[in-house]
Amino acid sequence: MKQFYDVIVVGAGPAGSTAARVAAENGATVLMLEKDREVGIPVRCAEAVGERGILKVVKIKPEWISTKIKAVRLFAPNGAMISVQHDDIGYVLDRKRFDYDLAMMAAKQGVDVMTRAYAYGLLEKDGFVAGVKFRHLNYDYQIGAKLVVGADGLESRVGRWAGLKTHLKLQDIETCAQMTLTNLDLSSSHCDFYFSKQWAPGGYVWVFPKNKNSANVGLGISGEHAAYKAPIEYLREFIETHFSGASALTTVAGGVPCAPLMEKIVANGLMLVGDAAHQANPISGGGIVTGMIAAKIAGEVAARAVNENNVTEKRLTEYSKLWEKNGGNVHRRAYRLKEAVYKLSDHDLNRTAASLLKKTPEKHTIVNIFKTALMQHPKLIPDVLKVFLG
Amino acid sequence: MIALKMDLCDFCGSCVSVCLEDAIELFEARLEIDHDKCTECLRCIKVCPFRALEVKQ
Ligand SMILES: Cc1cc2nc3c(=O)[nH]c(=O)nc-3n(C[C@H](O)[C@H](O)[C@H](O)COP(=O)(O)OP(=O)(O)OC[C@H]3O[C@@H](n4cnc5c(N)ncnc54)[C@H](O)[C@@H]3O)c2cc1C
Repeated sequence: MKQFYDVIVVGAGPAGSTAARVAAENGATVLMLEKDREVGIPVRCAEAVGERGILKVVKIKPEWISTKIKAVRLFAPNGAMISVQHDDIGYVLDRKRFDYDLAMMAAKQGVDVMTRAYAYGLLEKDGFVAGVKFRHLNYDYQIGAKLVVGADGLESRVGRWAGLKTHLKLQDIETCAQMTLTNLDLSSSHCDFYFSKQWAPGGYVWVFPKNKNSANVGLGISGEHAAYKAPIEYLREFIETHFSGASALTTVAGGVPCAPLMEKIVANGLMLVGDAAHQANPISGGGIVTGMIAAKIAGEVAARAVNENNVTEKRLTEYSKLWEKNGGNVHRRAYRLKEAVYKLSDHDLNRTAASLLKKTPEKHTIVNIFKTALMQHPKLIPDVLKVFLG
Repeated sequence: MIALKMDLCDFCGSCVSVCLEDAIELFEARLEIDHDKCTECLRCIKVCPFRALEVKQ
């Protein structure tokens, strides 16, 4: 470890490892800190990504893939099933391997990576973030840096320490429980989603296959609803009814920011990326790709900014502006859609499914499904089109 | 006072993300609440996926 770095990245999830790697590739000296004993675990994630998105940031290695997804099925509250026609291939990843490899790729580019390194504060100088205070094993360190990147996930505090407002409203967190079940009898080529107030109010249940016998089965509900009944209780009931007798190889809790775009994700000497910057798609909760895309931009801008010795908030807005340009509109529309879709009653959803089932299967595109669901809210239809057609 | 049920906590950080006072410290397998900072707004209890937080007298 050096006494001073161009960039210190806090958190070694997909966003942190990507920002660190890209900054190093572009000439910066980088230190990445991870509080846990091992990069990649625990996996608090259903592990699904679209091929088109992930290819924008990284070449996919075969060993990262658990299953290739060819179809998506949606279940209405009454059990009616709609097969969705879409042209993007999806993957259920092996995130243990994926996260681990992303950190390794960063290390190969010269990033110093430390595990069991818990960041607990920032160094400050003349109104600039100037480094990180952290504890590694039994020792406290204060390491200086020109720029700090907060990639510390849902539980992010780095932004708060620099005065940014990063806490989530209750309606803007999906609080989740997931089990990886085995001894199932599945077709391993489709991802299933269940929508119903009974199973997941203000959210959905997912069943994403890991292979023919195992799947990530989990759900997220709006933080507003969790006060009355916890996600783990909903999940137990769902599994009891749909997969009774299955064995659970993992049981995890988690949360996803499903929030409006954050007002500010940069400050003097500081950038936030990934879940720490609330970059997950607010309607799907997918945050792997969006966070990595933002992190790639952040890494590039970081390297340029430290090279110019200019890390003012103003200079760093190049990052927030590019991220906005890339994903801002989709994010805003997805948030509006989330608000509308989660207002639909189970009755509305059943009616939607019934009217879709009257149409030929080729008409079951995501766009048509949302269009039909939102007939009660026709003003939102143009938003739907733009979210899904880019 | 907000108290943690250690046996239930999964250390996922949902509580930290909604805390308005930055009163929760999350380690790999340990959670600490700073009772001087905590205002007992109960937001952390509400979002906990496993109901691992409770009010204790
Ligand atoms: C149940 C569930 C299912 C999901 N399913 C999907 C899905 O199918 N597809 C998808 O795209 N997304 C999914 N997501 C969202 C996705 O997991 C996140 O968006 C993604 O992991 C964010 O990446 P990140 O790098 O920003 O943060 P993280 O992956 O959370 O990484 C943050 C890292 O920072 C470390 N850290 C935190 N604080 C400190 C500190 N003080 N010091 C040092 N290190 C610290 C943490 O230990 C962690 O390793 C899901 C989320 C949940 C909870």
